Formats: sequence, structure tokens, C-alpha cells
Amino acid sequence: MIHVLAFYLFAILVVSSGALTILSRNPVHSVLWLILAFFNAAGLMVLLGAEFIAMLLVIVYVGAVAVLFLFVVMMLDIDFAELRAGFVDYLPFGLLIALVLLAEIVLGIGLWSAGPIELAQRAAPVNPELSNIQAIGGLLYTRYIFLFEAAGIVLLVAMIGAIVLTHRARGGVKGQNIAKQNRRRPQDAVRNINQPTGQGVEL
Amino acid sequence: MIGLQHYMVVSAILFVMGVLGIFINRKNVIIILMAIELILLSVNINLVAFSAFLGDLVGQVFSMFVLTVAAGEAAIGLAILVIYFRGRGTIAVDDVNRMKG
Repeated sequence: MIHVLAFYLFAILVVSSGALTILSRNPVHSVLWLILAFFNAAGLMVLLGAEFIAMLLVIVYVGAVAVLFLFVVMMLDIDFAELRAGFVDYLPFGLLIALVLLAEIVLGIGLWSAGPIELAQRAAPVNPELSNIQAIGGLLYTRYIFLFEAAGIVLLVAMIGAIVLTHRARGGVKGQNIAKQNRRRPQDAVRNINQPTGQGVEL
Repeated sequence: MIGLQHYMVVSAILFVMGVLGIFINRKNVIIILMAIELILLSVNINLVAFSAFLGDLVGQVFSMFVLTVAAGEAAIGLAILVIYFRGRGTIAVDDVNRMKG
């Protein structure tokens, strides 16, 4: 009973906050609704017994991605009213497409039958003795280690890409160039002269 | 009792919401990126639901990789957005033709 109640609570909240994400007037509110949607999706995943993914969702999505969105929305000085100009024009067509797509998917789910599922064919059966995090860790660091490392490379490339894209060299900033300092030799930098008296020093 | 199909319907509604968001906010690329995040979230719900109901952990592992790609995509997308805004002073995407690609 409590399970059913929790499912409907999380499901209704995730769907309605998803709707408010795309409909709200102010993009800051949009980001906040998106955060609520992520929290409720994490709740759904806790109900399914996937605690690790739920915590990852809260940490990665809410802690990193949504905050990144919030930073960008607040940093860029944009006239959002102008950007909403075509909203009403696009709404009927968008709703039509959305309803057709939803009808197709729900029909597909209703008619879906995969036949008897071969439970012996499971790639990684759940071991009831292990906790979810232990089981995922055991799988991730053994059988899927190369995929795991590839995911790390994806993140590295994304990080370097974001830095390279947004970096710009500012003029007029006095920075320390260590390579240039190390290249400097005494014979290039120091000059011995025999200075005659009564004359200015030539620099 | 809550079955697999309940979770699939929630995931389908969330997916459609993301598609609708792309359609109706055609000018505002920030909301479009958020709609893509919603779509990826619905995919994650689907993967985890199947993983739980089939008793197979691979779905959760793949859900983690989807999450990785979503984070990278958001970072790159927002970086492109920032440099686009720096060059043009607006983020209206329906007249992006600078690259003439």
C-alpha cells in the first residue's frame, strides 16, 4: 500500500514538474522545476531498488548539471520575453506531435508482450546477498571495466572541450611565463660597459 | 500492485514531455537543453525499471553510462551557448547560420 502511494506520488510529481520545466515563463524557475523532477525520479529509482543510480542522479544531475544550467541562465543577460515570441504559434503543432507520439508509445506498451522471459539468460542476475552498490561495483570494475574507462574518457573530453571552447586570452593581463623566465640567460640579460664620467648611461 | 508497465508509462509521458519542450521552446536553447535532459532522464527510468523487474543489473550499469553522456552533453552544450552569446549577444537559435554548414 505504501509502495503504491509512494509510486503515484513520485510519478505525478515527476510528470508535473517536467511539464512545468518546459512551460514556465522564467528559465530560472525552469531549472528549479527540473531539479524537482530529478529528485522525484531518484525517488522512483529508490522504489525500484536501485539506490546507487538514485544517489548518482541526485549528486550528478542536481549537484552538477542543474547547477551548471543555473549558472548559465543567471550569467547570460538575455531578454527571455523575446525568446518566447513563437510559443503560442508552435503550441498546437507541438501538442499534436506529442499526443501522437504518446499514443503510439502507450499503445506499444499495452500491446507489448515479450513472451516468457528466459530468466536463465540474464547477463548479470541480482545476487540477494549483496547490496545494490556492492553488486554494481563488482560488475563495473570487472566485466564492464573498459566501458567504465571509456566513460571516464568521455568525461575528460567533455571537460577539455568545454575549457577550450570558453577560454579566451585576455589582453593586458600581466601573467608569469615560466618558460620565458627559464630561457633567459645571464649573457643575454647582463651587459658590462665601461662608463665614462660625465655622460649619461645609455639604456 | 505496481508493475513494469506503470514505470514504462511514466517514462513515456516524461519522454513525450521532453519532445514537446523541444517543439514549443524552439528559440530558447537553454530550455531545449533541459528538455533533452528530461528525455535522457526518462530513458534512465526505463532502463532501471527493466533492470529491476528482470532481476538483471546490466540495465543499471548502462543507466550510469547514459548519465555520463548526459553530463558531458550538458557541459559542451552550455559551453557552445556561452561562446555563441559572447559573439552575438543573443541565444535565439532559429537564425543560427554563422557557420553556413
